[in-house]
Amino acid sequence: MTAVRRTIDAIWRIESAKLTAGLARMMRDVGLAEEIAQDALVAALETWPVSGVPDNPGAWLTATAKRRAIDVLRRHAMLARKHQVMGAGEPDHARMDLEALLDVPIGDERLRLLFTACHPVLSVEARVALTLRLLGGLTTDEIARAFLAPEPTIAQRIVRAKRTLADAHVAFELPPPPELEGRLASVLEVVYLIFNEGYAATAGHDWTRPALCEEALRLGRILAELAPSEAEVHGLVALMELQASRLPARVGPSGEPVLLLEQDRSRWDRLLLGRGLAALARAERLGRAERGPYVLQAAIAACHARALTADATDWRRIATLYAELVERLPSPVVELNRAMAVAMAEGPAAGLAIADALRDEPGLARYHLLPSVRGDLLAKLGRHEEARAELERAASLTKNTREQEALRARARALG
Amino acid sequence: MKFMVMVKATADSEAGKMPSTELLTAMGKFNEELVGAGVLLAGEGLHPTSGGKRVRFSGTSRSVIDGPFAETKELISGFWLWQCKSMEEAVEWVKRCPNPMLTESEIEIRQVFSPEDFGDALTPELRENEERLRARAEQAT
Repeated sequence: MTAVRRTIDAIWRIESAKLTAGLARMMRDVGLAEEIAQDALVAALETWPVSGVPDNPGAWLTATAKRRAIDVLRRHAMLARKHQVMGAGEPDHARMDLEALLDVPIGDERLRLLFTACHPVLSVEARVALTLRLLGGLTTDEIARAFLAPEPTIAQRIVRAKRTLADAHVAFELPPPPELEGRLASVLEVVYLIFNEGYAATAGHDWTRPALCEEALRLGRILAELAPSEAEVHGLVALMELQASRLPARVGPSGEPVLLLEQDRSRWDRLLLGRGLAALARAERLGRAERGPYVLQAAIAACHARALTADATDWRRIATLYAELVERLPSPVVELNRAMAVAMAEGPAAGLAIADALRDEPGLARYHLLPSVRGDLLAKLGRHEEARAELERAASLTKNTREQEALRARARALG
Repeated sequence: MKFMVMVKATADSEAGKMPSTELLTAMGKFNEELVGAGVLLAGEGLHPTSGGKRVRFSGTSRSVIDGPFAETKELISGFWLWQCKSMEEAVEWVKRCPNPMLTESEIEIRQVFSPEDFGDALTPELRENEERLRARAEQAT
């Protein structure tokens, strides 16, 4: 990539969400807004390598997009007149001053953009792609590489998502109060999904992809600024900061995964760890009577973060937090985590009893962590034959090659 | 990627001259933008070097040198830690920063090492030492 191309990429990352949000308010159509913003980017890519990058690139992009937006509005008005549609009338000139629209605090607009990108009419994959595109300023190619998908697949996904939003007449606005909680949950889910894809890649050769984690963290931090009174937003940010603080210790010298209790804690990122604890404190200060699932998960991550050595972990507290989490978020995966915490607090037999009860869960039938956890607990109880079989089974269920190797190594170590 | 963004000192900053209200307002707005974009991780302003110290290492001896220090342009008066996708992005953000000084000034951007950059230089023994130190530092706070 040439130097000017890299500069344009950087500028786009800074300007695109603001530009698209302003355009969406002007055009009242997110898909159209995104296309006009992309046109402005293409114009920059054609012009700047020749003319040089302007002193105020944001203003240049805004002016270019505004001209294009006015063309589109005029054309729509003309078509409306041609078809003699009653009441279509002239384009609303009050809406045409993009600079003025972009001059108002854009926080609210970006929040609308995020809610639109994560709208429930879209599939989860579409929400993820659209969020990275509209809020993260990522190109189709970057999104495709991040998710190891072919570029045309992602491009198609984005086109279809925009069409779905238009067909469903999704308005560019904040959800009404009764819907807010559910819609916010959808946004948080998308951000955490992006984070997790980076934190424990479900496919491919790399165990983690930190760039994707950084992207999700950034979205989370933006969201925390946009919705500062939502405890769960700070909970999610805390959870991601704390988990990301462990990233440097999660990968061994030859790229193999290193489990939490075996990690070299000196490699944890103290800055992120401190930010995570601060975000958790913010969430807890908002003092909701019932702690939400992200706040609870962050509280669990904080127990690990506060332990200077693995031996110093407060497993009883973690087991209690998992019990509260299971109540708020009944899920066999959470119950499996509780089994591990209980095993650490009260011994492997108590943990195994909880894990065994999950064996008939249809949701866990193909989930590699169930046999992985059972394998470890069986090994601790000296039942090596059963343990080996469980670890082998876990290895056959995961698609990540790094994780497969680690599980097989644990099975072999049992002799 | 993390970047350390350093505001270089000027004669004014070394003289302890406080920035104008206008500049403080503009800086506050810029910091808000950085936070709003999820870029800002940490940042602090520094006292002039007249109150600073240097410790010089020579063999086994250590000597303490009192500030102020010469070569004003090489000193720093404040810093940020940012998370950006690339050096180019950090540069674009810096270009959006108001001139942090009343006179001509400079901001320097340096990429922060991540643990992977050290490779094998950080032996397990060194790591263990570092871990103990950090553990003590954390207990102290």
